[in-house]
Amino acid sequence: MSDHEYTPSSKFGKWFNDRLPLLTLANHLTDYPTPKNLNYWWTFGGILTFCLITQIVTGLVLAMHYIAHADMAFSSVEHIMRDVNYGWLLRYVHANGASMFFLAVYIHIFRSLFYGSYKSPREIIWILGIIIYLLMMAAAFMGYVLPWGQMSFWGATVITNLFSAIPLVGESITTWLWGGYSVDNPTLTRFFTLHYLIPFLILGLVVLHIWALHVPGNNNPVGIDIKKPSKDTVPFHPYIVIKDAFALLMFCIVFALFVFYQPNILGHADNYIEADPLVTPAHIVPEWYLLPFYAILRSVPDKLMGVVAMLSAILILAALPWLDTSKVRSAVFRPLFRQFYWILVADVLILGYVGAMPAEGLYLLIARVATAYYFAHFLIILPVLGWKEKTTPLPLSITEPVLGGSPNFAAARSDEKIEKTIK
Amino acid sequence: MSDQKDEKKTNRRDFLFTATAAAGAVGVGAAVWPLVDQMNPDASVKALASTEVDVSSMQPGQSLTVLWRGKPVFIKRRTDDEITKARAVDINDLKHPEKDEDRAKNPEWLVMLGICTHLGCVPLTDKGDYDGWFCPCHGSHYDTSGRIRKGPAPTNMEIPKYEFVNTNTIKIG
Repeated sequence: MSDHEYTPSSKFGKWFNDRLPLLTLANHLTDYPTPKNLNYWWTFGGILTFCLITQIVTGLVLAMHYIAHADMAFSSVEHIMRDVNYGWLLRYVHANGASMFFLAVYIHIFRSLFYGSYKSPREIIWILGIIIYLLMMAAAFMGYVLPWGQMSFWGATVITNLFSAIPLVGESITTWLWGGYSVDNPTLTRFFTLHYLIPFLILGLVVLHIWALHVPGNNNPVGIDIKKPSKDTVPFHPYIVIKDAFALLMFCIVFALFVFYQPNILGHADNYIEADPLVTPAHIVPEWYLLPFYAILRSVPDKLMGVVAMLSAILILAALPWLDTSKVRSAVFRPLFRQFYWILVADVLILGYVGAMPAEGLYLLIARVATAYYFAHFLIILPVLGWKEKTTPLPLSITEPVLGGSPNFAAARSDEKIEKTIK
Repeated sequence: MSDQKDEKKTNRRDFLFTATAAAGAVGVGAAVWPLVDQMNPDASVKALASTEVDVSSMQPGQSLTVLWRGKPVFIKRRTDDEITKARAVDINDLKHPEKDEDRAKNPEWLVMLGICTHLGCVPLTDKGDYDGWFCPCHGSHYDTSGRIRKGPAPTNMEIPKYEFVNTNTIKIG
């Protein structure tokens, strides 16, 4: 997609590239014109790639020691922790890596929400991202079952029972998922298989996600279309690479703090008790990254409708490019949307908090209000804002607001539109 | 399929397309089914169909939890008070109307799957607003007949197939 033809300098490179244009691809990736105003919220794509690779590599080596059998899984995990060389490190990196992955993906998603990155022409990138997010949740859930502790077992029981809410065929589907009449060894072995498979599906989708991104190019904090290459862009390497690398380093510090100082703070003590099908732990809570959806599930007093609400809460995101009717992408130029955006962020955090609390009394009431608001944000507020809101004027280019008043004004223009008042 | 100007006249080629697609669909379906069905309970799981329980030592008011097909089964020897309570309920007040007489053929013995019909947790015995069972996961309350009275669970706790082999032994399944 580069605008210029690339020719490798060496004779061998040329010979090879004529047969398999890998060097052209590498050149496209390094020279790729990127908006020069990308801030640190744009570094999470690279961080997420790092997270995925970390999970695949640590998962691969953990699978060399783990035994997927109901009688042996729990002790094989303890074996990894106590006997395997660096087993504790590998397992803690993998377990906390899942949390780090979700932390990064939530920042990545909320960055898109703020800067309108999901809007035309980037709808497919966004939908691919939602599919990746769904697969991440499936992989994380199944991974949590593998140590075969109490939370593993009862988490698996509760989540697989969600399918029993489907009318008529629900029971058969649940039995089919279990391979028995309850969560048991057949369930564990198939979850292990799928847990191993899903990251590679995600990897494939990430390639499509980036491919789709490279068609229109990155959105940017100003949210306007830019010409590429132009004065508004810089080559991906070294400008973006170094920024991404620095952000990744900062991220790894946080990651390391969890792994080395608080490796169990995001888990549950109950999961260090082996699975017992006769005793349910007093308080079942999913991992933190699923809590907002868990709160939505519990806020509806009907079983089927609860499941429908929870799934809709995720799937509604896929329809977002069409629910948000505003033509202006970035929240920077949308004064009203900006306020509703922060209310949404607070709403999701509140849902996460009440999801961790018992579903009764005031918590239940808060969960219901927050659930109603969540859906109202997407189904009412966003469509209405699109035609009610008065947006502030957009700059003609990224450079314009910076160099607008200076003698370089004319030079700063990346297109030849007629002058426009600058704020 | 490039249909020419001479419009939708079904010809022999259309027939061949349809026939091929139909045969192909049946073939793919037949090939996929074993891949799907292998996930259903296998012969060894199905073989563990019944469990016999000795209940001779149980006193009124006591309950026992046994494992059947990997699921807990509650066996409760109910007190007269609990039986009266369960039978006094107006059936129209229930979310899932079932008479206690139908749930416990022998009123002293209640045998049911100890699984909350909401999302499959094991409820706690002798707890909750109706002195029956209470599910700690999402707050469902069951009465002394195991019927749902309050909370998100849609139905009463299930009664499995069981019989008294003799006065002291219950066979579940």
